[in-house]
Amino acid sequence: MPLHLEVITPERKVYEEDVDMVVAPASEGYVGILPHHAPLFTTLGPGEFRVKRGGVEEILAVFGGFMDVRADRVVVLTDAAEHAEDIDATRAQEARDRAQQVLAAGPASAADEQRARAELQRALVRLRVSESRRRRR
Amino acid sequence: MPSERELRRRVRSIKNIQQVTRAMQLVAASKMRRAQAAVLASRPYEERLRTVLNDLAPYADPETSPLLARREVRRVGIILVTTDRGLVGPMNVNLIRATLRFAQQQPAASYVAVGRKGINQLRRLRVPVTAEFPGIPDRPTSTDTNVIARVAVEEFVTGKVDELYLAFTRFVNTLRQEPTIRRLLPFVPEDEDVDNLPPLQYLFEPDPETVLNEVIPRLIEVAVFQTILESKASAFSAQMVAMRNATDAAGDLIDDLTLAANKARQSRITKEMLEIASGAEALGKG
Repeated sequence: MPLHLEVITPERKVYEEDVDMVVAPASEGYVGILPHHAPLFTTLGPGEFRVKRGGVEEILAVFGGFMDVRADRVVVLTDAAEHAEDIDATRAQEARDRAQQVLAAGPASAADEQRARAELQRALVRLRVSESRRRRR
Repeated sequence: MPSERELRRRVRSIKNIQQVTRAMQLVAASKMRRAQAAVLASRPYEERLRTVLNDLAPYADPETSPLLARREVRRVGIILVTTDRGLVGPMNVNLIRATLRFAQQQPAASYVAVGRKGINQLRRLRVPVTAEFPGIPDRPTSTDTNVIARVAVEEFVTGKVDELYLAFTRFVNTLRQEPTIRRLLPFVPEDEDVDNLPPLQYLFEPDPETVLNEVIPRLIEVAVFQTILESKASAFSAQMVAMRNATDAAGDLIDDLTLAANKARQSRITKEMLEIASGAEALGKG
């Protein structure tokens, strides 16, 4: 039995396929989901979202949200999701450096600091995702 | 009967108007396409989140989730979403009328007004307005709309309002937009039969409470975002149609006036011919 996977963001449906397995960055650590999994509802952290489909592994970066698992389907509702191949590593690096500079210089306000930290985290996830994709090839 | 020259001048002036309305029609059409695509693309997310919450809410304890709290309704809050500018046909008027009718059935109502049209109308009516949000961009992001959600939720959580509604124009298709009023808070699951619930079959990570307390605020943000997208798509559709009607009406008017001008010209020529003929006749007799 295949696992029907949907990845949905407020802007669009990013992914919809029948897949064999997913590995998701749940809030308590990475979880692997195979068909016939027990019903599970979990919040997602930012991280690597792996999809195995017909012997091929696809990687997405997801940034927070929820995952709803039933025996035959997985629905991921996330704030943002990107395919690994769509990630611009150079831009992510720049974003990381910028955020690190802001944090090192001492941000002007708590809101600035929060924004910089979130930016840094997103950049790090992007970098990790795009790197693990490159290693695979 | 206006003179021929007068008629020609009016044809020219209406042609200028038509050019303007046609330009506005084209601009609205391209904005409309983008806004429609955005609203259709984002609907699945909200619908899914709503389904999920429906499944989860029965397991929640209203005591610990302030957003599920059901109270006796003494005052409702209404988020009224209108456009900033007119030229959208009767869209805003219809929505405001429907909203006020709804508010009359409530014990009391206060508003969060989004869009200048609604802001101005509510001010004129001197009804209580908690917050005003003019100038939402044409391609809104959740950052633009989350502020609205936050203000409205604050009203609910602090008990200033006991129920919270969204009043907006739902996008159906280019020719059809419907004034819609929908309850946002408290969230009440569709399946009310709480006593017959099967035991909790879900695993929650980290735990049900944490999950719900993240899902509900998120749903509210998304619902507000979705509402704004619906309104934008409706507004540009209505605007496009209004401008197309104006362009068509201008075309009809131009045809009528051109016909009238041609008739006037023809009768002038006929009259001149008659005068010449009768003049010649008079000469010939003399």
